[in-house]
Amino acid sequence: MSAYTFTVNGDPVEVDAPGMRRLLDVLREDLGLTGTKEGCGEGECGACTVLIDGAVVDSCLVPVCQVEGSQVRTVEGLALAGGAALGPLQQAFLEAGGAQCGICTPGMLMAASAYLDDGGGPDEGGIREAIAGNLCRCTGYTKIIEAIAMAAGDNRP
Amino acid sequence: MTIRTPPSRTTTPVAPRRSAPDALVVRRGEIAPGRARVNAPLRREGPDKLTGAAKYADDLVFPGAWFGATIRSTDAHARFVAIDLDPAFDWSKVAVVTAADIPGDNIVSLISDDQPVLVPVGGEILHHAEPLVLLAAADRETLRAAGARVTARTEKLTPVFDPLVSDHVFAHYEIAAGDLGKGFAEADVVLEGTYRVGHQEQLYIENNAMIAVPREDGGVAVHGSLQCPYYIHKALKRALRLTDQQAQVVQAETGGGFGGKEEYPSILAIHAALLARKTGKPVRMIYDRHEDLSATTKRHPAIVTHRTGVKRDGTLVAQDIDVVMDGGAYCTLTPVVLSRGAIHAGGPYRCPNVRIRARATRTNTPPNGAFRGFGAPQTEFAAEIHIDRLAEDLGLSPLDIRRRNLYQVGDTTPTGQVLRDSVAASEVLERAVEAAEFEGVRARTTAARVRRGGAGIVPSSSHTTGPDRTASGIGIALAWHGAGFTGSGEVKLASVASVELGADGRIRILTGSTEMGQGTKTIFPQLVAAELGVAYDDVEIAPQDTAIVPDSGPTVASRTAMVVGGLVIKAAQRLRAEVEARNPGRDFAAAYRDDAATHGPTRIDQRFEPYPGVHFDDETYHGDAYPAFGWAACVASVDVDLDSGEVTVRDVVAADDIGKVIHPTLAEGQVEGGTLQAIGYATIEEIKLRDGRYLNDRLATYIIPTSLDAPRITSILVEAPFASAPHGAKGVGELPMDVGAPAVVGAIHDATGAWIHDLPASPERILAAMGATPPTESPASSPGPVSEAAVEAAVEAAVEGPIDQGTDPRPDAPTDPLPLRGPGPDDERVDDGWHKE
Repeated sequence: MSAYTFTVNGDPVEVDAPGMRRLLDVLREDLGLTGTKEGCGEGECGACTVLIDGAVVDSCLVPVCQVEGSQVRTVEGLALAGGAALGPLQQAFLEAGGAQCGICTPGMLMAASAYLDDGGGPDEGGIREAIAGNLCRCTGYTKIIEAIAMAAGDNRP
Repeated sequence: MTIRTPPSRTTTPVAPRRSAPDALVVRRGEIAPGRARVNAPLRREGPDKLTGAAKYADDLVFPGAWFGATIRSTDAHARFVAIDLDPAFDWSKVAVVTAADIPGDNIVSLISDDQPVLVPVGGEILHHAEPLVLLAAADRETLRAAGARVTARTEKLTPVFDPLVSDHVFAHYEIAAGDLGKGFAEADVVLEGTYRVGHQEQLYIENNAMIAVPREDGGVAVHGSLQCPYYIHKALKRALRLTDQQAQVVQAETGGGFGGKEEYPSILAIHAALLARKTGKPVRMIYDRHEDLSATTKRHPAIVTHRTGVKRDGTLVAQDIDVVMDGGAYCTLTPVVLSRGAIHAGGPYRCPNVRIRARATRTNTPPNGAFRGFGAPQTEFAAEIHIDRLAEDLGLSPLDIRRRNLYQVGDTTPTGQVLRDSVAASEVLERAVEAAEFEGVRARTTAARVRRGGAGIVPSSSHTTGPDRTASGIGIALAWHGAGFTGSGEVKLASVASVELGADGRIRILTGSTEMGQGTKTIFPQLVAAELGVAYDDVEIAPQDTAIVPDSGPTVASRTAMVVGGLVIKAAQRLRAEVEARNPGRDFAAAYRDDAATHGPTRIDQRFEPYPGVHFDDETYHGDAYPAFGWAACVASVDVDLDSGEVTVRDVVAADDIGKVIHPTLAEGQVEGGTLQAIGYATIEEIKLRDGRYLNDRLATYIIPTSLDAPRITSILVEAPFASAPHGAKGVGELPMDVGAPAVVGAIHDATGAWIHDLPASPERILAAMGATPPTESPASSPGPVSEAAVEAAVEAAVEGPIDQGTDPRPDAPTDPLPLRGPGPDDERVDDGWHKE
């Protein structure tokens, strides 16, 4: 065991865990951040998507030793005003109907959030590419794409 | 192609947080094309799901909980001789549960009493994932180590994998109308065809999960991912010999179901409860994806044979249909799945002379069970492809043959049901055709196919030899789907839903209907708020906990909005009347808070009452099979890569009659999601089996459509209200599942000239079918200059192309025998079934 220090949603954390412990388990079980979900444990479904230094990753495939010194962002960090209000992307998902059962939603939001952070626009092709690593079984992706386009449109200068 | 939706594209405007929904006025007997209605509320539990606050089963924390695991068979059929626990291992830290530890009946209670909770020593193992022993430990490492020290000794028995060969019949039905011999005698053309569909996995993104917590009264509470709390309640009571109060079932937030959490959670709940009873601690049974794929229920495979007589003008005169479904190792819900499949087998078409024979048999594969559509997608796929082939034989368009035969008001179905109202087959067909510009597109795609057909050097092949490396096609499908339970099912269920005005002035809905993404928690408050004239946010919904809510029946069969929604409306109407009677001159909204303070709580329990005039005889299979039908049409546009056989589904227009649209965004979401599941079924989803075991039992090998595979889906909601439901709703969830696959396969035929009889329409099957398909036109009638470059390309294609991969389009042609991927035969099944939890 050794201690790893990194930030989660801006807050510094120090985790005493085996270096090969999955980041997913560290987030869910050690830090109690259960918003990040496990769907397959092998990097296929994207339910466990988080951002590490802005990059979209499946947290089930990342050992905690790899995030030493990094900035990790999870779904819990998307809301505004310390969780009191939905962020614009979350609001767009709510209005467009982009969340149904909700289990893919946190990962989907993180992938979409990275896309928007990188300056992604409301074009359908770009959005489809951005969320291609995140499986959804409820929506047919239609309203997820609408929601991200809506958020991208809102963000345009 | 640009598809414009005639009804305005419905995105829900942002509702002010406390706005009441618009009450919807539906005129009886009038079909309203779907319109977006404003002010539908936002998803009730949406904010929790969007912030990560929603608690799914695996998110729940129970201090001191142990972890449970299942030791399963590795044989498809065997005698369970003994269980060996390695004496060198320290078993003092591990709980071991066998069949001998079951206090009640060793039965997972459902339709038939055939499935054991755990196979007893000396008992018969009927499938490779059969649970034999349960383990629990305080930590995962101990559990994993213990699992490796358990050996099940078995004596192999001969398995049966072919449902046609199996002589163990779970259920069989025969539905007959008219005079089949007379019908065939009148026919100008008789066409036969056999169609096969395989297993499909529901693939909810949240795996099955259950946590059992001992109760102080000696009972157990289970918290889990589930659709039907009272199915589990019943199963727990029987296996653990518990009273109604001792067995408690609480639904956690549920990450998708699609039928996959209808009956399966019962066995998982019993397993968790047995371990909790043994250890006296909460026990977590959280399947990983591999275990979930290996062990849980799938859509029933089916083999459907049609022999159809038709007049030259396309009028159906005789349908002789044979349906065989593969039930897997245990009965589960197979009789009802088969029943729905049989009743829908003729498709939404009038035919005076019909015989439908259906049977489901046992094979040594894990049990098949509920999956969105429940037997109908299998049989309606066959019906739709068969009618497309009839149209081709008669020189009719697929649209015209459907227009000629589709059900109209007054028609009689094979069970003798007269369709009295709410019949929208024509409406959904015409709306979809119009929106997709079907006829114009079809004329162009067919002309392109004819131009390509037979022009090259591959004799009698439609294989392209021209410059086109991609062919486009458009296909159409039409379906009906019985709303609610089959036959007298709803009467037997006698569901109850309640609305309560608490002493504190809170209005609460109490139902056992679960939310799994489809919107129960949003539409029920919406319906009740409209009836009571109060704000949406003033109506609460009680948690789905059997200690709190009544048995509203299972959340299945697209029955929640229609049946249970009808009950909550009636309960709300009665509550309103009661409160207003006590407060003369004041309406409910003004009076209810004072009323509660003065008179205390008022609770209305509304029990299901049979819909008037609906009668079904379960013995003769005659009568009103369903109180009403929903209707669905789908137009799919595809591109087929002529070299690889790969299909891209580009655009889909889906028109669905759901009786009444309660919430446009949620209803569209059902249509869009169901459509994509159907497209996955049509094109890529397939389970490979070897010796009764699923080979592609991981998410890396069982693939579902991603955002890049998904077409643009345009949904059109049509309203033909069901007069006997107070709000007119008929349900939506399953409808789109019936039409997607045949529409795609019809489009593949339009593109290539090849008929695909077996799902999925994989590249291999498409190339095989294309290689043997005769040209659609003789070369003389479809000449056209062929460039030298094209000839060269054709030669290359002939030399290197895949045309030798298969030439037999018959339905019984052997399918590709081995998967490209999947675990090898040496996989240590006992070890990997539970490696994490």
